[in-house]
Amino acid sequence: MPETLARTPLFALHVELGARLVPFAGWEMPVQYAGIIEEHLAVRQAAGLFDVSHMGEARVRGRDAAKFLDAIMTNEMASIKVGMARYTVMCQPDGGCVDDLIVYRLADDEFLICLNASNAAKDLAWMRAHVGALQVEVLDECAAWAQLALQGPRAEQILGLVTATPLAPIKRFGFAFGEVAGVGGCLISRTGYTGSPGFELYLPAASAEKVARALLAAGKPHGLVPTGLGARDSLRLEANYPLYGHEISEQISPIQAGLGWTVKFTKPEFIGREALHRQAQGGLVSTVVLFSLDDRRIARQGARVFDGETPVGEVLSGTQSPVLGKPIGTALVAAGHASSAALTVDVRGHRLPLRVSAEPFVK
Amino acid sequence: MSNVPADLRYTKDHEWIRVAADGTAVIGITDHAQAALGDVTFVDLPKVGTSFGHGDVFGTVESVKAASDLYSPVACEILEANSALNDAPDLVNREPYAGAWMIKVKVKDPAELGALLDAAGYAATL
Repeated sequence: MPETLARTPLFALHVELGARLVPFAGWEMPVQYAGIIEEHLAVRQAAGLFDVSHMGEARVRGRDAAKFLDAIMTNEMASIKVGMARYTVMCQPDGGCVDDLIVYRLADDEFLICLNASNAAKDLAWMRAHVGALQVEVLDECAAWAQLALQGPRAEQILGLVTATPLAPIKRFGFAFGEVAGVGGCLISRTGYTGSPGFELYLPAASAEKVARALLAAGKPHGLVPTGLGARDSLRLEANYPLYGHEISEQISPIQAGLGWTVKFTKPEFIGREALHRQAQGGLVSTVVLFSLDDRRIARQGARVFDGETPVGEVLSGTQSPVLGKPIGTALVAAGHASSAALTVDVRGHRLPLRVSAEPFVK
Repeated sequence: MSNVPADLRYTKDHEWIRVAADGTAVIGITDHAQAALGDVTFVDLPKVGTSFGHGDVFGTVESVKAASDLYSPVACEILEANSALNDAPDLVNREPYAGAWMIKVKVKDPAELGALLDAAGYAATL
């Protein structure tokens, strides 16, 4: 691939910390430092610091900003309070996902939206194409922001060492602007993608390295370690958080993915409403299930799922759960087979019983 | 830099082989291979008595990131598989050349050993 990979403002720090860097969504990103399992457990037991600056940001502002977002997002946007954030999906007319996003309400008429790296350009184009006659502007702020995720039971204590911003008043999915490590204008958000408590920090790109170094130094005595995308993936899968391109995609709708709670049919109109409503009324072709295996082999993306001898689907994500000590994953399974007790997955010729879990493996 | 002991022979697929005078050999994967794989969670090894040709897949090593095939450096018959790896697959990361040996084999055609890389030849491929 002759494509040039983008680098985050923390690239030099990753190299210094001995990260293994890999291409991800057009970016050269750290997949691990000390090792995925060790980093995963650090987040569950103490804290980890992720560079997620590859994520994109869009600012949507104008008199009709809330109305505009309600027309393109599945979740309710107008009811988000200033200082709060909400998870939502943005759908195509057929119900497939353009992206899944976190929407921060900065003011009555102003929102900051976090975009998946692989979808950032598509999302911006999609949003702009649907502005129509509304009074709203969509600004590309991907280059302006860096993002760090500080996650784990000690995240709040560690963040408190480098900021004077009161953290206790920030509720889950709440945020505040403040100074972190002497850098002003940081958005401090009690959100995350790991299933452990923690914060996400949106920082002016040029100052991100200063903040990361300050956090790592202050957090080290408390068990904070740098953590890569490998641990981020196993952490999010234990918590059953979807990853775009796996559990949700242009082909897999939020209803199929078990994200029905993000789709508000109480809204009279939004893109995808009709198709999603049909699916929710029993018109589902297939559905995403979370599973574990009582085996040492990992069932990875693309592994085929069977009900008895009938092929009924395939694995979307698979990894080893460091907390459970066994393989976990998600699979897309044909409707009517998802609750079968005879589901198996083929891993290199071995048919392994697939144990569907109704609950995430960590909460 | 990864460790490449001078007394072993190697394949370009990152297996090492330690040949004994009695025509048996012990096979594992290199330090470079374990580092590239990351945390190893499972090693799938063949049953005693199974035969493999040169380059055949004799097993799989699975890490958090990926499953990788293990290739037989020479035609051989399995004399023993390292059962310690069942309980402690992470030995592959900690002791790739010692505790994490994978199979002990009878080499069928000693002439094949000549085609393997020496330490300098293998190090040059990394």
